[in-house]
Amino acid sequence: MATSILQSSQLLPEDALHSFVVEAGDPFLFEIGKGHTIRIIDLEGNQAVDTLFYNARDYADRYSAQDTIREQGNIYLTTGTRLISSSGNVLLTITADTCGRHDTLGGACATESNMVRYDFSKGHMHACRQSFLKGIGEWGRGLEKRDIASNINFFMNVPVTPEGGLTFEDGVSDAGKYVELRAEMDVLMVISNCPQLNNPCNGYNPTPVQILIWDTNVR
Amino acid sequence: MDSSVLWTETLPGGATWSHVLKRGTALRMTDLEGGANVAAYFLNFEIQAERFNLPDTLKAQHTARLTKGHVLYSDMGRILCSITEDTVGWHDPLCGLSNNAQVEKKYGKTSYQQHRNEWHQNARDVFLVELAKYGLGSRDLHATVNFFSKVTVNEAGDLHYCANNSKPGCYVELRAEMNVLVLLNTCQHPLAPGREYSPRPVDISIARVSPPRSNDPCRMLCNENTRGFLLTELFFL
Repeated sequence: MATSILQSSQLLPEDALHSFVVEAGDPFLFEIGKGHTIRIIDLEGNQAVDTLFYNARDYADRYSAQDTIREQGNIYLTTGTRLISSSGNVLLTITADTCGRHDTLGGACATESNMVRYDFSKGHMHACRQSFLKGIGEWGRGLEKRDIASNINFFMNVPVTPEGGLTFEDGVSDAGKYVELRAEMDVLMVISNCPQLNNPCNGYNPTPVQILIWDTNVR
Repeated sequence: MDSSVLWTETLPGGATWSHVLKRGTALRMTDLEGGANVAAYFLNFEIQAERFNLPDTLKAQHTARLTKGHVLYSDMGRILCSITEDTVGWHDPLCGLSNNAQVEKKYGKTSYQQHRNEWHQNARDVFLVELAKYGLGSRDLHATVNFFSKVTVNEAGDLHYCANNSKPGCYVELRAEMNVLVLLNTCQHPLAPGREYSPRPVDISIARVSPPRSNDPCRMLCNENTRGFLLTELFFL
């Protein structure tokens, strides 16, 4: 179902309601209204954008990686993928994708998992979970660590082999590539623009991304 | 592990079970009839904010399947359980839990009034009830493992459920590396084909086991696991 056919969008950046640039290592939280469209642009290429979504009216109803991949019968996210919540609701639909493949198995880097994966000394380097915790803490409204479930890694390439192997590969993304999603309900988006320096997920050089949001009336 | 077995029990199909599996013990699950599925979730009993983290488990060990030698990581870089024995060969970490809508659509709607304890169970709802017994809820339920089931991924990323993965008598053993709140249910795998509601029974047993030695196969599987065991042992210093 999720085929890597590139799909561009007709939406014009000058019509967007909002435009933000999120620097590497920063969290970014924003509530997206039902019917609005969001575009995430990999400005300089090979940048992993760790992203969580929540039903804006009930944060317990959140993006579920396992439900999403099982329901579409494919582990990669691309145009046509419906992002399914833990309660079985459709949070958003991917409506355009010029990258072709996004990961939802690799999760977010954390200081603790960096110690396991690389070296105990790497536990002092910045990591996505630090950004998630800082972001939801400042957002307030009851979000806690237990609300940080398995995320999406936009622009990240984590192939699985038929034998059950899993690797982190160089990104398939490039400067200017983007993914676009339509909110099917009011959703809270929580981003950590990944600061990882220990693997190729950011090409060893974390860079900024741009967020554009259009309202329902544009198209 | 026969000489040190402390507890044995049979879980019928569609059953739910939870237990605080103590460090120094191991849980063995045995597929009695073949074709079993055991959905499983794990939390650090002492710090329940620490729980099974599927992505960390997969990427630390560069795997999208689980078998002997693999360990189950928490979100804190520590090991909850190690897979010390496995005659199945492939356990599914990708597909998660069946839910009420799916089970109703696939197997039909049932009620307790009409069907008594033969009513159709789904893995998500029974886990939510079980978690509630420990003061936990849906926000605490993250990704899970399906023991005894195999789902492969082809080059295009498509999932393929492999029938007859587990034979009668196949077993898998989990050694607790900390005191772990283990939740299990024997609901059918969400991708199991067919429209027959037929969850299978498993035997479970708990035995006292030796702590992992310096040359333990799970510890030696990869440098990541060697560090993971050290961080877990640090937790008890």
